[in-house]
Formats: sequence, structure tokens, C-alpha cells
Amino acid sequence: MSTTVADLHEHHEDHGPAKGIGRWLFATNHKDIGTMYLIFSLTMFFIGGAMAMVIRSELAIPGLQFVHPEFFNSMTTMHALIMVFGAVMPAFVGLANWMIPLMIGAPDMALPRMNNWSFWILPVAFGILLSTLFMPGGAPAGGWTMYPPLILQTGDAFPFLIFSVHLMGISSIMGAINVIVTIINMRAPDMSLLKMPMFVWTWLITAYLLIAVMPVLAGAVTMLLTDQFFGTSFFLAAGGGDPVMFQHIFWFFGHPEVYIMILPAFGVVSEIIPTFSRKPLFGHDSMVYAASSIAFLSFIVWAHHMFTVGMPLTGQMFFMFATMLIAVPTGVKIFNWVATMWRGAMTFETPMLFSLAFVFLFTIGGFSGLMLAAAPADIQYHDTYFVVAHFHYVLVPGSVFAIMAGAYYWLPKWTGHMYNETLGKLHFWASTIFVNLTFFPMHFLGLAGMPRRIPDYSTQFADFNTVASIGAIGFGLSQLIFVWVILSAWKGSKATDRVWEGSHGLEWTVPSPAPYHTFETPPKARIANEAFD
Amino acid sequence: MIRKVFLSLLVLGICSTAKAEWALNMPKGITELSLETYNIHMMIFWWCVAIGVVVFGVMIVSLVKHRKSKGVKPATFSHSTTAEVIWTTIPVVILMLIAIPVAETMVKLEDSRNPDISIVVTGYQWKWHYKYQDEDIAFFSSLARSSVEARRKQSGVDPFAVDNYLLDVDRPVVVPLDAKVRLLITSNDVVHSWWVPDLAIKKDAVPGIVNETWFKATEVGTYRGQCAELCGKDHGYMPIVIEVIEPEAYQAWVDTRKEGAPRIAGAQQ
Repeated sequence: MSTTVADLHEHHEDHGPAKGIGRWLFATNHKDIGTMYLIFSLTMFFIGGAMAMVIRSELAIPGLQFVHPEFFNSMTTMHALIMVFGAVMPAFVGLANWMIPLMIGAPDMALPRMNNWSFWILPVAFGILLSTLFMPGGAPAGGWTMYPPLILQTGDAFPFLIFSVHLMGISSIMGAINVIVTIINMRAPDMSLLKMPMFVWTWLITAYLLIAVMPVLAGAVTMLLTDQFFGTSFFLAAGGGDPVMFQHIFWFFGHPEVYIMILPAFGVVSEIIPTFSRKPLFGHDSMVYAASSIAFLSFIVWAHHMFTVGMPLTGQMFFMFATMLIAVPTGVKIFNWVATMWRGAMTFETPMLFSLAFVFLFTIGGFSGLMLAAAPADIQYHDTYFVVAHFHYVLVPGSVFAIMAGAYYWLPKWTGHMYNETLGKLHFWASTIFVNLTFFPMHFLGLAGMPRRIPDYSTQFADFNTVASIGAIGFGLSQLIFVWVILSAWKGSKATDRVWEGSHGLEWTVPSPAPYHTFETPPKARIANEAFD
Repeated sequence: MIRKVFLSLLVLGICSTAKAEWALNMPKGITELSLETYNIHMMIFWWCVAIGVVVFGVMIVSLVKHRKSKGVKPATFSHSTTAEVIWTTIPVVILMLIAIPVAETMVKLEDSRNPDISIVVTGYQWKWHYKYQDEDIAFFSSLARSSVEARRKQSGVDPFAVDNYLLDVDRPVVVPLDAKVRLLITSNDVVHSWWVPDLAIKKDAVPGIVNETWFKATEVGTYRGQCAELCGKDHGYMPIVIEVIEPEAYQAWVDTRKEGAPRIAGAQQ
């Protein structure tokens, strides 16, 4: 397999990128496709972020000031769909496209045309999803979890919602197949599976999760579609169906989905912390086993999202114990990162700062996760702002911070220039302060009894909501610095090939910026790495 | 720095009471099980604090001491089986210590046998319907008029001037003190969720399914809650108010409701 690909590329050795728009429309180069994924993800991050600004503006003080409740519900629904499927997942696929071939010494992704296809489906999917904002009946407002029967009350937007979710799923599955085939077949000859960099490992596991669960989501939404238009009653009590069955199917997808969004983040952080600690990653193999255990457990914990739905006691017990078990491998990962830092020689460039904040704040999200696992306490937390605080802690200073850390870490390799470190640090501190100001008070709101997904609230919740809204606006504005840092990086000083003093791995053996075609003959991974020591 | 903020917030959390503004913690509630739930919540919270102090402590020491700017030569170790076995085993032990009392409470929560009274709770978009099973009492309970006017977009009414803004209803549920009340919860349209924090009860109202839960209130008073599952545009406007009164007063309430029953029950049937 790998020799065939290498042979094919022999003829293109001197070819640069195609000229004009065709370079992007017909892109098969993993670096171009990676760039498109990353730009797409950043765009969606701002669109989803604008929706978050609408939500937080409305919630800043009690009373209804700006939007009607229907539109408010559309905003929470669309914010979640866009951030999950449009911002976080494509960002990791973008990083995978750019970095996996460079890290394993492959000339490109294994299936370049499918790679093109899996990217170009996304703008179509999100074009359709966003167009529902202008349809009679408004955009979907039943929550991103799409629980029936409520979601069946969606107006004209309903079939478009289902179709766009199908497209997102197809795109993810194709991306995942590509990642698996590339990793299994195209590694440098002397790179055994257990010698693979952590980012490659976590993506390999993530890709299997994607292939396992995206079809389940597709099945669930297809059943919604037939319930609505073709007279079936999968989820309709009146026809003998069961609305709770949808929740089971959805969360069988939804919980692995959570790890799809965090495992590559673990990978990114596991690359960055050793670099800036100038010390090898502690417990590489146990990190692999921990990530695999998390992936396995993610399939048997889904009903912890449903402790209030009315389950048999034994069912609740099983899902509670299984959920608590996840704390063990997750703990191993955190301890290993701390052990990597221990007795290192640390410096604190922007990627490292984001990674450190990741370890701190993801752990706080993990703690609230452990609290949520306890079923009786979950009955109080469920569907309140405590849950909102929990998943935003693991997703924003978790996944999103890891993406940003990765972007800063590899930006010099992508552009050939160093970004402005002062601006990077400003972006980091502004983001970290505001993210806590936004999401920490939400723990208190939830414990005090504020349900989620409400456009207006009783006056005793006023103070913390105002604080959270101020934090959210601050966090939103801080992200403009990020865009500025990226744009200004093209004028930054020239980056060396290795970029960072402590970096290891094949991606740092190629020039900065990485040439259009790399590793047309497979490298020797071990020798390349020894050269750094 | 983050840990400092966390700790100071923690101290604040302990000093405050549940009902005050800036409320920080879960209410202890008015049933035995709500207190048990609160205790479980606090037990896991303190475990998290303890783990956090150790993990973040080690990390902060490392961040302060092991810097390149201090001229540290980096160590080269990359694994230690002993350390890894220890930090896999300790969490397992902690989890078992947590899981046992939690499981005990779960068993009690599910035991709705031998109730003193049973109430059928039905969720509607967007109000609740209550039917006392052994009495001839049934009524809808909707958002109170004062809030209905204030809740409109740019209503010009100050929410702070409305008593219990969005948390008041026209007809509250009335239950006797110290009686085991069984709730049979279902829905007429979409999924709702019946939640009163002081009772530590949250149970989804699912069309086609009757869910069971129970409580035994130990304090007289008025307690408020809300629908907790997104149920459409007025999801935020279907509160729950429950009044716990002395058994004699409850009997009197039942008698007066029965006299007035045709008006309300008739509208329902």
C-alpha cells in the first residue's frame, strides 16, 4: 500500500499547488484540506459564538429583553449543533489532516479524494443547517439532543435538520476511515504502533469511536424522519412507540461523542507538555491503555444522561458504577501529565500555557463529572446550570483550549513564521480569566435550582447570571485576539525547522513552512528522533 | 491562582445559606432523602477538593520549581510502574468508598411502596395537571397572573417587583406533613420533568409512560420548582408550587376542594 502511494507521488515531485480556486475545490493535498478544515472550524466557532452572545445577552438580567422564547430555544439548539459538529470536531479533523501524515512520515492521507469529499460536505451541511434560521417556523428549537416528541414540532426546518445531521455524519465517517487507513498502513517502516506519537494514538481511537457511533446517530434521526413523514411510530406513544428509546439510542451515540471531542485534545496536550517540559511523556504506554479504556467505557455509560427518565434500579446502579470507573483512566492521564512536568525544565510559551490551563480546568470539569455520576445527586443536578457548567468546563477550557494550544504549537510549522508571543499570552490570559468568569458561577446557579434552556429566570438567580454574561462577552471578544495573532503571524520572524527547543518527532524534521509534498520516501523515525538529543 | 479562587469560592460556599441571593450550594431540602442527597453531594465534593489539593498542589510546586529559567536540568525518567499502580489503585478505593453510601440512598429513592396519598401529575405544554387519586380532586396549575404579565418581552414590569417572579402558580399542590406522597408522573404531549429542589425529586414526565416517585415532607411551608426538561417555547414558564400543611388543615382543604370540585374537575373531564 505505502509503496504504491510513494510511486504515484514520484511524478508529482516538483509540482506545487494548483493555481486559483481549483487548488481548494479539488484539493487532495492533506495540508490544503487541513487548512480548509481549520478555517471552516474557526468560522463556525465565531458563528456559534455569536449565538452564545445572544443567549448570554438575553440572560444578563431577569425579564425578556431582546428575543422571544422560541428564538432563544433556536439559539441554544443551533449553538450546540454548530459548536459540536461545526467547530470542535472539524478542528480536530483539520489538525489530524495536517499533522498525522507529518507525524508518522506518510506523504499524504491514504484516501485523498475521499478526504476532499469529506471536507466539502461540511460547508453544504452547515449551509443547510444555517438556512433553517430563515425558514417558516424558525430554526430547530428542540435542543441539540433532538428529543421526540418535541423535535417533531419543528416547522419547515425539520427535514433540513435531519439532512444536515446525516451529512455531518457521512463527513465524519469518511474522515475517520481515512485516519484509520492512513495510520495503519502508512507509518514510517520503523514506527511500530506503540511507538506512535500520542496525538496519532488518540486520533486512531477517536476514529474507531466515530465509525462506531455516527451510524447510530444517523439511524436515530432517520427514525425521527419516518415518524414525522412516513407514518411510523418508533418514538410516538400514541402508535405504540417509546420516546425514551430515542434517548437511549441518542446517548449511545452521544456519550462516545463526548470522548470523540476530548481524546484528540488529550493527544494534543500530550505532545505539548513534554516539549515545553523538555522531558519525555511520562507513561506513554499507560496513556495508550488509558485512552483505550476510556473509549471502551464510553459505550457502556450512556444512560447516566437519563437518571431522571425512570429506569429500573439495577440499570441505574450499573450505569452509575460504570460511569465512576471512567474516573480511573482519566485520572491516570492527568497524573501522567503532572509526572511529565515533574522535574522537567519548563518554559511557558503560549501553547504550554493553554495546555496547563487545560490540565487545571479539565480536571475541574472532571470533578463535576464525578459528582454528576452519583445518581441521587444527579437527580438534583440534571438539566440545571450545574450540567451546563460541567460540560462547558470540559469542552471550552478542555477541547477548545487544546485546539488553540495545538494551533499555536504547530502554526510556525504551517506558516513558517513565529506568531507574536506577547499577543498570544494576552489571548491566553484573557481567555482563561473570562472562561472561568463565565462558567464557574454556573455551578452555583445550577445548585441553587436554575434549570437550563430557559430564556428568563426568577430574580434570585440574577447576580450570577450577570457575572456569567459579562464573562461571556469578554471571552467572545478575547477570541478576536486569536484571529489577529494568526493573521499577523505571516509577518512574524522566520521559524526554524525544529521551532521549539524541546520538540521531538518527525513533523519537526521537515522545513518550516512544511513543503507542499513531504516524506515522498519513508523516513526512519527512530534515527530522526535521535538526531534531536 | 486558579486554586486560590477555587478555595475562596469554597469558603464562601460554606458560609452562605441556600435561600440568600448569590446562593452557592444545593438546598438541604425538607425530606430525609433530600438531606441524604445533599450529604452525598457534599461528600463527593470534599473528595474532589482533597484530590484537587493534592494534584494541583504537586502541579503548582512543579510549575514554581521546575523551570528552565531556574537553571534546572530536566530529568529523563519516562515511567514508573510503582507510581502508576499506586495512582490507579487509590482512585478505585476512593470510588468504592463513594459508591457504597450512594447505592444505599438509591435503593430508598426507588421504594415508593405503601403511600399515604397518590397524586397523578400530568405535564402539558405548558402547565401541570394534578389529580388526587383517592379524592375527587383534579386541577391545572399554571403560571401566576402577576408573572404572566411581567414575562412578556419588554413588558416594562420590573421582575424584582413581582413576588416569586416565574415561580408562582395559580393553584399550588397541597400535601399533608409527614405523609408518604406517591407521585405518578406522565405527560400529555412532549417530555417534561417535574422538579422541586427542596424535595430532591426530579422525574421526567414522558407521554405513554407513568413514572413513579415519592417524598415525605418533614417541614410545613411553600416550596417551589420548575419544569426541568426542554418542552417548547414556554418551558421556562411552567413552575411548580407545593404547599406542605398540617394533616388537619389538609383534611379541611380536601373537603373544600371537593365542594368546589365540579367547577374544576368538570373543566378537566
